[in-house]
Amino acid sequence: MEEREKKRSVVPFGPQHPVLPEPIHLDLVLEDEKVVDVIPSIGFIHRGLEDLVKKRDFNEYVYVAERTCGICSFGHGLGYVEAVEKCMNVEVPIRAKYLRTIWSEMARIHSHLLWAGLMADAFGFENLFYQCWRLREKNLDLVEMTTGGRLIYSVNKVGGVLKDITPDMQKVILNNLSELEAELRDVYKTFMTDYSVQERTRGVGVLTKEQVHDLGCCGPYARASGVARDIRQLGYEAYGELDFEPVVSNDGDNYARCDVRLREVFQSIDLIRQAIAKIPNGELSVPVKGNPDGEAFIRIEQPRGEAIYYVEGNGTKFLNRFRLRTPTFANIPGMCETMKGCSYADIPLLVVTIDPCISCTER
Amino acid sequence: MSAKFTPKETIRVIEKDGLLREVMAMKSRGMRLSQACASYKDGKYELSYSFSDDKTLDYETLRVVCDLADRIPSIHDFYSCASFYENEMRELFGVKIELIEPDYHNKLYRIKAETPFLPEDAKAEQKKQEQEISLSGADSDLDLAQAAADEKLASGKKEEK
Repeated sequence: MEEREKKRSVVPFGPQHPVLPEPIHLDLVLEDEKVVDVIPSIGFIHRGLEDLVKKRDFNEYVYVAERTCGICSFGHGLGYVEAVEKCMNVEVPIRAKYLRTIWSEMARIHSHLLWAGLMADAFGFENLFYQCWRLREKNLDLVEMTTGGRLIYSVNKVGGVLKDITPDMQKVILNNLSELEAELRDVYKTFMTDYSVQERTRGVGVLTKEQVHDLGCCGPYARASGVARDIRQLGYEAYGELDFEPVVSNDGDNYARCDVRLREVFQSIDLIRQAIAKIPNGELSVPVKGNPDGEAFIRIEQPRGEAIYYVEGNGTKFLNRFRLRTPTFANIPGMCETMKGCSYADIPLLVVTIDPCISCTER
Repeated sequence: MSAKFTPKETIRVIEKDGLLREVMAMKSRGMRLSQACASYKDGKYELSYSFSDDKTLDYETLRVVCDLADRIPSIHDFYSCASFYENEMRELFGVKIELIEPDYHNKLYRIKAETPFLPEDAKAEQKKQEQEISLSGADSDLDLAQAAADEKLASGKKEEK
Protein backbone atom coordinates (compact mmCIF):
# COMPACT_ATOMS: atom_id res chain seq x y z
CA MET A 1 0.00 0.00 0.00
CA GLU A 2 1.34 3.39 -0.97
CA GLU A 3 2.15 5.51 2.01
CA ARG A 4 0.09 8.63 2.17
CA GLU A 5 2.12 11.82 2.04
CA LYS A 6 2.11 13.43 5.44
CA LYS A 7 1.66 17.17 5.50
CA ARG A 8 3.05 19.16 8.35
CA SER A 9 1.01 21.72 10.20
CA VAL A 10 1.88 24.03 13.08
CA VAL A 11 -0.59 24.20 15.96
CA PRO A 12 -0.14 26.96 18.56
CA PHE A 13 -0.63 25.75 22.15
CA GLY A 14 -0.96 28.29 24.95
CA PRO A 15 -0.19 30.71 26.53
CA GLN A 16 -3.81 30.38 27.63
CA HIS A 17 -5.17 26.86 27.63
CA PRO A 18 -7.58 25.08 30.02
CA VAL A 19 -4.90 22.64 31.14
CA LEU A 20 -2.03 25.11 31.51
CA PRO A 21 -1.53 26.27 35.08
CA GLU A 22 0.73 29.07 33.87
CA PRO A 23 1.46 30.80 30.56
CA ILE A 24 3.85 29.15 28.16
CA HIS A 25 3.48 29.05 24.41
CA LEU A 26 4.39 26.03 22.29
CA ASP A 27 4.44 25.87 18.51
CA LEU A 28 3.71 22.21 17.85
CA VAL A 29 4.77 20.89 14.45
CA LEU A 30 2.44 17.98 13.63
CA GLU A 31 2.29 15.21 11.08
CA ASP A 32 -1.32 14.12 11.35
CA GLU A 33 -1.72 13.66 15.12
CA LYS A 34 1.95 13.03 15.78
CA VAL A 35 4.17 15.78 17.16
CA VAL A 36 7.48 16.00 15.29
CA ASP A 37 8.90 19.24 16.66
CA VAL A 38 8.24 21.75 19.42
CA ILE A 39 9.33 25.38 19.67
CA PRO A 40 8.74 26.80 23.16
CA SER A 41 8.43 30.47 23.98
CA ILE A 42 7.98 32.27 27.26
CA GLY A 43 8.02 35.96 28.16
CA PHE A 44 4.42 36.65 29.15
CA ILE A 45 5.03 37.38 32.84
CA HIS A 46 8.62 38.59 33.14
CA ARG A 47 8.83 41.08 36.03
CA GLY A 48 12.52 41.89 36.28
CA LEU A 49 12.68 40.83 39.94
CA GLU A 50 16.41 40.11 39.76
CA ASP A 51 17.14 43.72 38.85
CA LEU A 52 15.10 44.96 41.80
CA VAL A 53 17.87 43.77 44.10
CA LYS A 54 19.80 46.94 43.20
CA LYS A 55 17.05 49.10 44.66
CA ARG A 56 16.09 47.20 47.82
CA ASP A 57 18.06 46.74 51.02
CA PHE A 58 19.39 43.18 51.07
CA ASN A 59 17.29 42.45 54.18
CA GLU A 60 14.12 43.76 52.57
CA TYR A 61 14.76 41.79 49.41
CA VAL A 62 13.92 38.53 51.24
CA TYR A 63 10.27 39.48 50.83
CA VAL A 64 10.73 40.09 47.10
CA ALA A 65 12.54 36.76 46.66
CA GLU A 66 9.69 34.97 48.44
CA ARG A 67 7.18 36.50 46.08
CA THR A 68 8.89 35.17 42.97
CA CYS A 69 6.27 32.44 43.06
CA GLY A 70 3.41 31.29 45.28
CA ILE A 71 4.19 27.59 45.40
CA CYS A 72 7.99 27.72 45.76
CA SER A 73 7.82 30.81 47.97
CA PHE A 74 9.55 29.39 51.03
CA GLY A 75 12.37 27.86 48.99
CA HIS A 76 13.13 31.08 47.17
CA GLY A 77 13.33 32.98 50.44
CA LEU A 78 15.53 30.24 51.88
CA GLY A 79 17.87 30.11 48.86
CA TYR A 80 18.31 33.88 48.89
CA VAL A 81 19.05 34.17 52.62
CA GLU A 82 21.41 31.19 52.48
CA ALA A 83 23.34 32.84 49.65
CA VAL A 84 23.59 36.14 51.56
CA GLU A 85 24.58 34.29 54.75
CA LYS A 86 27.32 32.46 52.85
CA CYS A 87 28.54 35.78 51.46
CA MET A 88 28.68 37.28 54.96
CA ASN A 89 29.96 34.15 56.76
CA VAL A 90 26.92 34.06 59.03
CA GLU A 91 26.38 30.84 60.99
CA VAL A 92 22.68 30.28 61.62
CA PRO A 93 21.56 28.74 64.98
CA ILE A 94 20.87 25.00 64.82
CA ARG A 95 17.23 25.36 65.88
CA ALA A 96 16.66 27.76 62.97
CA LYS A 97 18.16 25.19 60.60
CA TYR A 98 15.72 22.54 61.81
CA LEU A 99 12.79 24.92 61.52
CA ARG A 100 13.80 25.82 57.97
CA THR A 101 14.00 22.11 57.15
CA ILE A 102 10.51 21.44 58.52
CA TRP A 103 9.02 24.31 56.52
CA SER A 104 10.90 23.22 53.40
CA GLU A 105 9.31 19.80 53.63
CA MET A 106 5.87 21.28 54.25
CA ALA A 107 6.37 23.30 51.07
CA ARG A 108 7.30 20.11 49.23
CA ILE A 109 4.16 18.31 50.44
CA HIS A 110 2.07 21.27 49.37
CA SER A 111 3.70 21.51 45.94
CA HIS A 112 3.56 17.78 45.16
CA LEU A 113 -0.09 17.41 46.22
CA LEU A 114 -1.01 20.46 44.18
CA TRP A 115 0.78 18.92 41.21
CA ALA A 116 -0.87 15.52 41.75
CA GLY A 117 -4.26 17.21 41.63
CA LEU A 118 -3.40 19.08 38.44
CA MET A 119 -2.11 15.85 36.90
CA ALA A 120 -5.32 14.01 37.80
CA ASP A 121 -7.32 16.89 36.33
CA ALA A 122 -5.21 16.75 33.15
CA PHE A 123 -6.04 13.10 32.54
CA GLY A 124 -9.69 13.67 33.41
CA PHE A 125 -9.94 12.00 36.83
CA GLU A 126 -11.77 14.76 38.67
CA ASN A 127 -12.45 12.83 41.84
CA LEU A 128 -8.75 12.11 42.27
CA PHE A 129 -8.07 15.79 41.72
CA TYR A 130 -10.47 16.68 44.56
CA GLN A 131 -8.85 14.13 46.87
CA CYS A 132 -5.34 15.46 46.25
CA TRP A 133 -6.34 19.03 46.89
CA ARG A 134 -8.36 18.04 49.96
CA LEU A 135 -5.22 16.48 51.44
CA ARG A 136 -3.25 19.54 50.45
CA GLU A 137 -5.56 21.61 52.65
CA LYS A 138 -4.51 19.59 55.70
CA ASN A 139 -0.90 20.55 55.04
CA LEU A 140 -1.82 24.18 54.38
CA ASP A 141 -3.55 24.28 57.78
CA LEU A 142 -0.22 23.29 59.38
CA VAL A 143 1.60 25.98 57.43
CA GLU A 144 -0.96 28.56 58.54
CA MET A 145 -0.69 27.46 62.16
CA THR A 146 3.11 27.73 62.21
CA THR A 147 3.74 30.77 59.99
CA GLY A 148 0.48 32.71 59.80
CA GLY A 149 0.43 32.43 56.01
CA ARG A 150 -0.74 29.68 53.69
CA LEU A 151 1.43 30.31 50.64
CA ILE A 152 3.84 33.10 51.53
CA TYR A 153 5.48 31.99 54.76
CA SER A 154 7.63 35.09 55.45
CA VAL A 155 9.59 33.40 58.21
CA ASN A 156 13.11 33.63 56.80
CA LYS A 157 15.51 36.42 57.56
CA VAL A 158 19.22 36.82 57.05
CA GLY A 159 20.68 35.18 60.15
CA GLY A 160 17.83 32.82 61.04
CA VAL A 161 14.06 32.66 61.23
CA LEU A 162 11.35 34.94 62.59
CA LYS A 163 8.99 32.37 64.12
CA ASP A 164 9.21 29.25 66.22
CA ILE A 165 7.30 25.98 66.18
CA THR A 166 6.29 25.38 69.78
CA PRO A 167 5.97 21.89 71.36
CA ASP A 168 2.16 22.17 71.17
CA MET A 169 2.36 22.93 67.48
CA GLN A 170 4.72 20.00 67.01
CA LYS A 171 2.10 17.64 68.48
CA VAL A 172 -0.56 18.98 66.10
CA ILE A 173 1.84 18.60 63.16
CA LEU A 174 2.59 14.97 64.02
CA ASN A 175 -1.08 14.16 64.51
CA ASN A 176 -2.24 15.82 61.26
CA LEU A 177 0.58 14.32 59.23
CA SER A 178 -0.39 10.82 60.44
CA GLU A 179 -3.93 11.43 59.18
CA LEU A 180 -2.63 12.83 55.92
CA GLU A 181 -0.30 9.87 55.46
CA ALA A 182 -3.09 7.32 56.00
CA GLU A 183 -5.34 9.00 53.44
CA LEU A 184 -2.50 9.55 50.99
CA ARG A 185 -1.97 5.79 50.80
CA ASP A 186 -5.34 5.44 49.06
CA VAL A 187 -4.50 8.25 46.64
CA TYR A 188 -1.12 6.69 45.90
CA LYS A 189 -2.72 3.31 45.30
CA THR A 190 -5.18 4.85 42.83
CA PHE A 191 -2.40 6.62 40.92
CA MET A 192 -0.33 3.45 40.73
CA THR A 193 -2.97 0.78 40.05
CA ASP A 194 -6.00 2.37 38.42
CA TYR A 195 -6.46 1.16 34.84
CA SER A 196 -7.50 4.53 33.39
CA VAL A 197 -4.57 6.33 35.03
CA GLN A 198 -2.07 3.81 33.69
CA GLU A 199 -3.54 4.10 30.19
CA ARG A 200 -2.62 7.78 30.13
CA THR A 201 0.72 7.57 31.89
CA ARG A 202 2.49 4.26 31.17
CA GLY A 203 5.09 4.57 28.42
CA VAL A 204 4.12 8.18 27.62
CA GLY A 205 6.77 10.88 27.39
CA VAL A 206 9.78 8.69 28.07
CA LEU A 207 13.01 10.48 28.91
CA THR A 208 16.15 8.39 29.27
CA LYS A 209 18.89 8.88 31.85
CA GLU A 210 21.25 10.04 29.09
CA GLN A 211 18.74 12.59 27.79
CA VAL A 212 18.25 13.91 31.31
CA HIS A 213 21.98 14.53 31.56
CA ASP A 214 22.39 16.08 28.11
CA LEU A 215 19.36 18.34 28.47
CA GLY A 216 20.29 19.45 32.01
CA CYS A 217 17.04 18.30 33.66
CA CYS A 218 16.70 18.17 37.43
CA GLY A 219 14.52 17.29 40.40
CA PRO A 220 11.78 14.63 40.48
CA TYR A 221 11.67 14.89 36.68
CA ALA A 222 15.26 13.60 36.52
CA ARG A 223 14.86 11.12 39.38
CA ALA A 224 11.94 9.49 37.52
CA SER A 225 14.49 8.61 34.81
CA GLY A 226 16.84 6.86 37.21
CA VAL A 227 19.11 9.78 38.13
CA ALA A 228 19.76 9.46 41.86
CA ARG A 229 20.55 13.13 42.41
CA ASP A 230 18.97 15.08 45.25
CA ILE A 231 20.57 18.37 46.29
CA ARG A 232 19.39 17.82 49.89
CA GLN A 233 22.24 15.30 50.06
CA LEU A 234 24.57 18.30 50.27
CA GLY A 235 23.42 18.43 53.88
CA TYR A 236 22.37 22.10 53.93
CA GLU A 237 20.23 23.27 56.87
CA ALA A 238 19.45 20.15 58.99
CA TYR A 239 19.42 17.63 56.13
CA GLY A 240 22.87 16.39 57.06
CA GLU A 241 21.41 15.15 60.38
CA LEU A 242 18.47 13.34 58.82
CA ASP A 243 18.27 9.91 57.28
CA PHE A 244 17.00 9.76 53.70
CA GLU A 245 17.86 8.54 50.21
CA PRO A 246 16.75 10.04 46.88
CA VAL A 247 13.45 8.65 45.61
CA VAL A 248 14.18 7.13 42.21
CA SER A 249 12.28 5.33 39.49
CA ASN A 250 13.72 4.00 36.25
CA ASP A 251 10.98 4.06 33.62
CA GLY A 252 11.28 7.77 32.78
CA ASP A 253 7.61 8.08 31.76
CA ASN A 254 4.61 9.94 33.16
CA TYR A 255 3.82 7.00 35.43
CA ALA A 256 7.31 7.08 36.96
CA ARG A 257 6.99 10.83 37.58
CA CYS A 258 3.72 10.28 39.47
CA ASP A 259 5.39 7.52 41.46
CA VAL A 260 8.44 9.62 42.41
CA ARG A 261 6.52 12.74 43.44
CA LEU A 262 3.96 10.86 45.53
CA ARG A 263 6.63 8.79 47.26
CA GLU A 264 8.46 12.05 47.99
CA VAL A 265 5.40 13.21 49.93
CA PHE A 266 5.77 10.16 52.21
CA GLN A 267 9.49 10.93 52.45
CA SER A 268 8.75 14.55 53.45
CA ILE A 269 6.39 13.37 56.18
CA ASP A 270 9.16 11.10 57.47
CA LEU A 271 11.72 13.94 57.35
CA ILE A 272 9.42 16.24 59.33
CA ARG A 273 9.00 13.52 61.97
CA GLN A 274 12.77 13.06 62.18
CA ALA A 275 13.35 16.81 62.41
CA ILE A 276 10.75 17.23 65.18
CA ALA A 277 12.31 14.33 67.09
CA LYS A 278 15.77 15.89 66.89
CA ILE A 279 15.11 19.64 67.03
CA PRO A 280 17.25 21.22 69.78
CA ASN A 281 16.36 24.20 71.94
CA GLY A 282 18.11 27.46 71.22
CA GLU A 283 18.05 30.82 69.52
CA LEU A 284 16.06 31.50 66.38
CA SER A 285 18.51 33.93 64.82
CA VAL A 286 21.82 35.69 65.24
CA PRO A 287 22.45 39.42 64.78
CA VAL A 288 23.92 40.30 61.39
CA LYS A 289 26.32 43.20 61.12
CA GLY A 290 27.70 44.86 58.02
CA ASN A 291 26.80 44.43 54.38
CA PRO A 292 27.41 41.59 51.95
CA ASP A 293 30.68 41.66 50.04
CA GLY A 294 31.92 39.03 47.65
CA GLU A 295 29.84 36.40 45.88
CA ALA A 296 28.20 33.05 46.56
CA PHE A 297 26.39 30.28 44.74
CA ILE A 298 23.81 28.24 46.64
CA ARG A 299 21.96 25.15 45.49
CA ILE A 300 18.84 23.88 47.18
CA GLU A 301 16.34 21.15 46.32
CA GLN A 302 13.06 22.89 45.67
CA PRO A 303 9.93 20.71 45.23
CA ARG A 304 10.35 21.02 41.47
CA GLY A 305 14.09 20.33 41.51
CA GLU A 306 17.49 21.94 41.89
CA ALA A 307 17.30 25.73 42.21
CA ILE A 308 20.46 27.84 42.02
CA TYR A 309 20.88 31.18 43.75
CA TYR A 310 23.76 33.54 43.09
CA VAL A 311 24.39 36.80 44.92
CA GLU A 312 27.14 39.33 44.38
CA GLY A 313 27.63 41.99 47.02
CA ASN A 314 29.61 45.22 46.81
CA GLY A 315 29.94 46.19 50.46
CA THR A 316 26.81 48.35 50.42
CA LYS A 317 23.30 47.44 51.52
CA PHE A 318 22.33 46.99 47.89
CA LEU A 319 23.49 43.85 46.11
CA ASN A 320 25.07 44.15 42.69
CA ARG A 321 23.45 40.99 41.36
CA PHE A 322 20.95 38.35 42.34
CA ARG A 323 20.46 35.43 40.02
CA LEU A 324 17.90 32.66 40.33
CA ARG A 325 17.92 29.60 38.08
CA THR A 326 14.69 27.76 38.63
CA PRO A 327 14.03 24.04 38.06
CA THR A 328 11.44 24.69 35.35
CA PHE A 329 14.01 26.73 33.40
CA ALA A 330 16.19 23.61 33.33
CA ASN A 331 13.35 21.20 32.58
CA ILE A 332 11.77 22.93 29.56
CA PRO A 333 14.29 21.42 27.05
CA GLY A 334 13.50 17.94 28.44
CA MET A 335 9.77 18.59 28.18
CA CYS A 336 10.11 19.53 24.51
CA GLU A 337 12.15 16.40 23.83
CA THR A 338 9.52 14.10 25.38
CA MET A 339 6.85 15.61 23.15
CA LYS A 340 8.56 14.58 19.92
CA GLY A 341 6.90 11.43 18.64
CA CYS A 342 3.93 11.69 21.00
CA SER A 343 0.30 12.12 20.12
CA TYR A 344 -1.17 15.63 20.19
CA ALA A 345 -3.62 14.46 22.88
CA ASP A 346 -0.70 13.74 25.24
CA ILE A 347 0.66 17.30 25.13
CA PRO A 348 -1.30 18.60 28.16
CA LEU A 349 -0.02 15.73 30.30
CA LEU A 350 3.55 16.21 29.11
CA VAL A 351 3.44 19.87 30.07
CA VAL A 352 2.05 19.09 33.50
CA THR A 353 4.55 16.29 34.22
CA ILE A 354 7.46 18.73 34.50
CA ASP A 355 5.42 20.55 37.16
CA PRO A 356 5.93 23.84 35.32
CA CYS A 357 6.29 27.07 37.23
CA ILE A 358 6.58 29.79 34.63
CA SER A 359 6.20 32.51 37.24
CA CYS A 360 9.52 31.42 38.81
CA THR A 361 11.11 30.79 35.46
CA GLU A 362 10.58 34.30 34.16
CA ARG A 363 11.07 36.08 37.46
CA MET B 1 22.28 8.76 58.30
CA SER B 2 22.13 9.82 54.68
CA ALA B 3 25.21 9.84 52.47
CA LYS B 4 26.52 13.32 52.97
CA PHE B 5 28.52 14.92 50.18
CA THR B 6 31.30 17.40 50.62
CA PRO B 7 31.51 18.72 47.09
CA LYS B 8 34.15 21.04 45.70
CA GLU B 9 32.78 24.42 44.64
CA THR B 10 35.10 26.49 42.49
CA ILE B 11 35.01 29.59 40.33
CA ARG B 12 37.76 29.64 37.70
CA VAL B 13 38.45 32.72 35.58
CA ILE B 14 39.30 31.88 31.97
CA GLU B 15 40.04 33.84 28.80
CA LYS B 16 37.13 34.34 26.43
CA ASP B 17 39.09 32.73 23.61
CA GLY B 18 39.40 29.57 25.70
CA LEU B 19 35.70 29.29 26.50
CA LEU B 20 34.80 26.66 23.91
CA ARG B 21 37.86 24.58 24.74
CA GLU B 22 37.02 24.61 28.46
CA VAL B 23 33.33 23.84 27.83
CA MET B 24 34.32 20.94 25.59
CA ALA B 25 36.54 19.64 28.41
CA MET B 26 33.57 19.86 30.81
CA LYS B 27 31.42 17.95 28.36
CA SER B 28 34.03 15.22 27.93
CA ARG B 29 34.24 14.87 31.73
CA GLY B 30 30.48 14.25 31.83
CA MET B 31 29.61 17.47 33.61
CA ARG B 32 26.04 18.76 33.41
CA LEU B 33 25.38 22.42 32.52
CA SER B 34 23.62 23.77 35.61
CA GLN B 35 23.25 27.40 34.72
CA ALA B 36 24.79 30.31 32.85
CA CYS B 37 24.34 33.96 33.70
CA ALA B 38 25.81 37.41 33.17
CA SER B 39 26.48 40.29 35.48
CA TYR B 40 27.91 43.76 34.97
CA LYS B 41 30.73 44.90 37.22
CA ASP B 42 33.32 47.69 36.95
CA GLY B 43 32.72 48.37 33.27
CA LYS B 44 32.95 44.71 32.22
CA TYR B 45 30.76 41.68 31.85
CA GLU B 46 31.21 38.68 34.09
CA LEU B 47 29.81 35.59 32.42
CA SER B 48 29.42 32.52 34.64
CA TYR B 49 28.93 29.04 33.23
CA SER B 50 28.30 26.53 36.02
CA PHE B 51 28.66 22.77 35.69
CA SER B 52 27.70 19.97 38.09
CA ASP B 53 29.06 16.50 38.57
CA ASP B 54 26.02 14.37 39.33
CA LYS B 55 28.05 11.69 41.08
CA THR B 56 29.99 13.87 43.51
CA LEU B 57 27.77 17.00 43.36
CA ASP B 58 30.93 19.04 42.66
CA TYR B 59 30.13 22.46 41.25
CA GLU B 60 32.53 24.22 38.92
CA THR B 61 31.96 27.66 37.47
CA LEU B 62 33.87 29.02 34.48
CA ARG B 63 34.08 32.79 34.63
CA VAL B 64 34.73 34.91 31.53
CA VAL B 65 35.45 38.57 32.17
CA CYS B 66 35.11 40.53 28.94
CA ASP B 67 34.58 43.97 27.45
CA LEU B 68 31.10 45.17 26.64
CA ALA B 69 31.56 44.84 22.88
CA ASP B 70 33.37 41.48 22.93
CA ARG B 71 31.83 38.71 20.86
CA ILE B 72 31.24 35.47 22.76
CA PRO B 73 30.61 32.18 20.95
CA SER B 74 27.55 30.13 21.80
CA ILE B 75 28.20 26.84 23.61
CA HIS B 76 25.16 25.29 21.96
CA ASP B 77 27.24 22.76 20.02
CA PHE B 78 28.27 21.12 23.30
CA TYR B 79 25.17 21.75 25.40
CA SER B 80 21.94 22.04 23.44
CA CYS B 81 20.12 23.26 26.56
CA ALA B 82 22.27 26.44 26.65
CA SER B 83 19.92 28.36 24.37
CA PHE B 84 17.62 29.84 27.03
CA TYR B 85 20.59 30.91 29.16
CA GLU B 86 22.35 32.57 26.23
CA ASN B 87 19.21 34.29 24.95
CA GLU B 88 18.64 35.60 28.47
CA MET B 89 22.20 36.96 28.80
CA ARG B 90 21.88 38.77 25.49
CA GLU B 91 18.41 40.18 26.05
CA LEU B 92 18.86 41.37 29.64
CA PHE B 93 22.49 42.48 29.56
CA GLY B 94 23.28 42.88 25.87
CA VAL B 95 26.09 40.32 25.89
CA LYS B 96 27.17 39.80 22.27
CA ILE B 97 26.67 36.04 22.08
CA GLU B 98 26.94 34.77 18.54
CA LEU B 99 25.15 31.93 16.74
CA ILE B 100 22.64 31.04 19.47
CA GLU B 101 20.38 28.16 18.44
CA PRO B 102 17.42 28.68 18.62
CA ASP B 103 17.79 32.46 18.55
CA TYR B 104 14.87 34.42 20.03
CA HIS B 105 16.36 37.70 18.72
CA ASN B 106 16.16 39.53 22.06
CA LYS B 107 12.52 38.57 22.55
CA LEU B 108 12.79 35.63 24.95
CA TYR B 109 11.11 37.76 27.62
CA ARG B 110 9.37 40.10 25.13
CA ILE B 111 10.75 43.20 26.87
CA LYS B 112 10.35 46.50 25.03
CA ALA B 113 13.32 48.18 26.68
CA GLU B 114 16.70 47.33 25.23
CA THR B 115 19.11 45.49 27.60
CA PRO B 116 17.14 46.47 30.74
CA PHE B 117 19.69 45.11 33.25
CA LEU B 118 22.59 47.16 31.85
CA PRO B 119 23.11 50.64 33.36
CA GLU B 120 22.64 53.60 30.99
CA ASP B 121 26.29 54.70 31.13
CA ALA B 122 27.35 51.15 30.25
CA LYS B 123 25.05 51.15 27.22
CA ALA B 124 26.78 54.31 25.92
CA GLU B 125 30.18 52.76 26.56
CA GLN B 126 29.13 49.59 24.74
CA LYS B 127 28.13 51.56 21.64
CA LYS B 128 31.42 53.41 21.72
CA GLN B 129 33.40 50.17 21.90
CA GLU B 130 31.35 48.66 19.07
CA GLN B 131 32.12 51.64 16.84
CA GLU B 132 35.83 51.26 17.53
CA ILE B 133 35.69 47.57 16.63
CA SER B 134 33.73 48.22 13.46
CA LEU B 135 36.27 50.86 12.35
CA SER B 136 39.15 48.49 12.99
CA GLY B 137 37.42 45.62 11.11
CA ALA B 138 37.99 43.14 13.92
CA ASP B 139 35.56 40.25 14.42
CA SER B 140 34.52 40.35 10.78
CA ASP B 141 34.50 36.54 10.61
CA LEU B 142 31.92 36.34 13.37
CA ASP B 143 29.88 39.07 11.69
CA LEU B 144 29.84 37.06 8.48
CA ALA B 145 28.86 33.88 10.31
CA GLN B 146 26.02 35.65 12.13
CA ALA B 147 24.84 37.26 8.88
CA ALA B 148 24.85 33.85 7.18
CA ALA B 149 22.82 32.34 10.06
CA ASP B 150 20.29 35.21 9.88
CA GLU B 151 20.01 34.81 6.13
CA LYS B 152 19.45 31.05 6.49
CA LEU B 153 16.70 31.67 9.04
CA ALA B 154 15.02 34.25 6.79
CA SER B 155 15.10 31.94 3.76
CA GLY B 156 13.64 29.12 5.89
CA LYS B 157 10.73 31.36 6.90
CA LYS B 158 10.12 32.29 3.24
CA GLU B 159 9.95 28.60 2.29
CA GLU B 160 7.45 27.94 5.07
CA LYS B 161 5.22 30.71 3.71
